[in-house]
Amino acid sequence: MPETPTTTGPSGGTEADRVRAAQPQGTERTRDRPVYAPRVDIVETEDALEILADMPGVTRDGVEVTLEQRVLSLRGRAEVSVPEGLAPLYLEYEPGDYERSFTLSDAVDPGGIEARVRGGVLHLRLPKAGPAKPQRIEVKAD
Amino acid sequence: MRPVSFFGGDPFRELRRLQDEMDRLAGAFAPAGGLAAAGFPAVNLYAGRDGIAVVAELPGVEAGDLEVHAHQDTLTIAGTRRPAAERAEAYHRRERRSGAFSRTVQLPFRVDPDRVEARLEDGVLRLSLQRPEEDKPRRIAITG
Repeated sequence: MPETPTTTGPSGGTEADRVRAAQPQGTERTRDRPVYAPRVDIVETEDALEILADMPGVTRDGVEVTLEQRVLSLRGRAEVSVPEGLAPLYLEYEPGDYERSFTLSDAVDPGGIEARVRGGVLHLRLPKAGPAKPQRIEVKAD
Repeated sequence: MRPVSFFGGDPFRELRRLQDEMDRLAGAFAPAGGLAAAGFPAVNLYAGRDGIAVVAELPGVEAGDLEVHAHQDTLTIAGTRRPAAERAEAYHRRERRSGAFSRTVQLPFRVDPDRVEARLEDGVLRLSLQRPEEDKPRRIAITG
């Protein structure tokens, strides 16, 4: 759904307003880096659902995708490096890691999920489950 | 505009104010909901005596769709990000903006437009801008 844009605002505008990832109450993260919920596009094609998640600075080695009890979790650890020998002059954003989870419906076939990372974007392809196989129930005679 | 402060205070306040002005102007003419209105990309600037380093996050932007140029003491990062799908009805969720963007950033000093190094890797753009030779601070010999 389209977002309401703001025409003014602090430098960097809405793109720099990152959303922190959800966290269970009362817990802390061990790493001292912000964790954001990556922006996603979820697109439905004829035979699959595709998820694109923005995770700049994240390579294939830094990505973790897990599926447990229909919960799909995306995690990305970014390679962050600060230019050496220079002082920060003007910082609009703080680089961090990424985390977000989705609950999948039964319409997805978990065995066929494909994932790849390119240009700091995680692409997931979730094939739709085929039509349910009819179950034959045997009726025993007494 | 050169930020200068001899008696304390924040020498970069002027820089930030100028940047806000520039973003406001750019945003006013940008199509609503697009990348340009959002002030994309967000940038981090680092400066030394002889140059400036810029880091910006541009996930999903191809190098071929990106243009970077420096002129005097401004830097422009412009390009296009392609949408995930062609048809709007195909989206279940659409949070990633797409379309054309152009961002002009104010630098604290002039840079050499012919010596800009740019590298785009994993959605992160890193730029290295050099000060022209004649602008570099010189050590003044003190006699006496």
